[in-house]
Amino acid sequence: MSLAATHRNSSTASWRWPDLSRARWLSPIILLLLWELGSRFGLIPERVLAAPSAVIKTAWEMTVSGELPSNLLVSLGRAAAGLAAALTVAVTLGLVSGLSRWGETLVDPLMQIKRTIPSLALTPLFIVWFGIGEAPKITLIAVAATFPLYLNLFAGIRGVDVRLVEAARSFGLSGWSLIREVILPGALPSFFVGLRYALGVAVLVLVVAEQINAQAGLGHLINNARDFMRTDIIVVCLLVYALLGLDADALVRTLERKTLAWRPSLVEQ
Amino acid sequence: MVQPRLRTRVLKVASDAVPAPTVRLNSFTRRFGDNVVIDGLDLSIAPGEFVALLGASGSGKTTLLRTLAGLDPVGEQDVTTPDARAVVFQDARLLPWKTIWRNVALGLKGADIRARAEAALKEVGLSHRLDAWPATLSGGEAQRTALARALVREPALLLLDEPFAALDALTRLKMHDLVLSLWREHRPSVLLVTHDVDEAIALADRVLVLDKGRIAAEERIALERPRLPDARFHAIRRRLLGHLGVETAASQAEGALIAFPTGEVVL
Repeated sequence: MSLAATHRNSSTASWRWPDLSRARWLSPIILLLLWELGSRFGLIPERVLAAPSAVIKTAWEMTVSGELPSNLLVSLGRAAAGLAAALTVAVTLGLVSGLSRWGETLVDPLMQIKRTIPSLALTPLFIVWFGIGEAPKITLIAVAATFPLYLNLFAGIRGVDVRLVEAARSFGLSGWSLIREVILPGALPSFFVGLRYALGVAVLVLVVAEQINAQAGLGHLINNARDFMRTDIIVVCLLVYALLGLDADALVRTLERKTLAWRPSLVEQ
Repeated sequence: MVQPRLRTRVLKVASDAVPAPTVRLNSFTRRFGDNVVIDGLDLSIAPGEFVALLGASGSGKTTLLRTLAGLDPVGEQDVTTPDARAVVFQDARLLPWKTIWRNVALGLKGADIRARAEAALKEVGLSHRLDAWPATLSGGEAQRTALARALVREPALLLLDEPFAALDALTRLKMHDLVLSLWREHRPSVLLVTHDVDEAIALADRVLVLDKGRIAAEERIALERPRLPDARFHAIRRRLLGHLGVETAASQAEGALIAFPTGEVVL
């Protein structure tokens, strides 16, 4: 029996292909390797696309020199200012429209009209109105991020279970206490969907808005790099934009975990 | 043994008729468009009286309960209800984003809100789940929380809208006992809306049968509690089922009754 066991062992010890059916990291790594090799052997010229190793080196240098952090801060500031304005407007309008019939009659048509105009198409108009400073950039982000916030808050308020509202009314809640204890918490999950959308839109519009004569910020870095054909810097900035999108999503997830702990899917964990 | 207790009970009801009723409706009518849901209804519930309201779907029982709960406008009609009233709905209607004790404390004002909510939850046997989320409760626990939320308001009128309909049979029996003991403790007037004849007989002092927005029949239940499914129980049951228009089913069903010690009868 022990002989049979050793025999079996020796056969399993022979080399097998590892199970890679779930190795989702594999293809990106292969792509990076091919890219790097292509650059090393001169198949991809540096002014077309810098090698991954060059990109990493440039990213490190830009970080150490402070060039990347300072410009990133400028871009973040624009996104934050635009989002703050969008939140203020969207939450105000969403509450007015969601909580009252006349509010809906007055506000909702305007928001729907606004929705049909692509926000980025407003860029020329905003340049005429606000010049080429910070104002058109921030306004563009604010205008674009307002609608998803508004729409989801409105839908969330209207989607609150009327039976819960009725029960709360039967226990003496009305007016502001009803809004605070029942309607807003009920609308919160939907609001977060809007927030996630708005953050994505804000990053997207930031990219375009920063092409307007930027004196600082990621867009400024990219524009400069384009003029000097520094593809390594362009790729670094693209990576930073991607990270911004990821971080925005992680931020909303964290907020959701903290405020929506009551949801069954999260409770069971 | 039984007779003297019965007599004092009847006397008590008679003497209770003197103070002003907790609930009084005078020829109350409610329409939705051309559809008359409640049609010239007279109703009076004495303080501490336990009334069950039976009726088929669409008989107007939910509309009547909503009127008494103050959830529907009554206009200029002659409706007297106490300010201190509380509803237990069929679906517990707990706010999912508030913990159990905060649900019970919903809308309470003043000091010691947590202590009051805790005391009410202790009464329904849920003192170990104060900080749980409603999503983690069983159906019976959710209904007990809803009961605690109603009781913590010390209501003069407790409105129960088919609160046990969605529970399994054993949980329902336990809830009957719990409701009776809470009622004895706090003595609110109770209006229980149900479609379960046995539940109505097991719990109530008086059973009303609602049909097409009118009270079609009234039955005073003078049996002592706990009510065992004896001959008198069956006689009342047969009469009530007759009023509800299920005479043949009633006589057939009697052979298949299963008696539970609490006096509840399940088909």
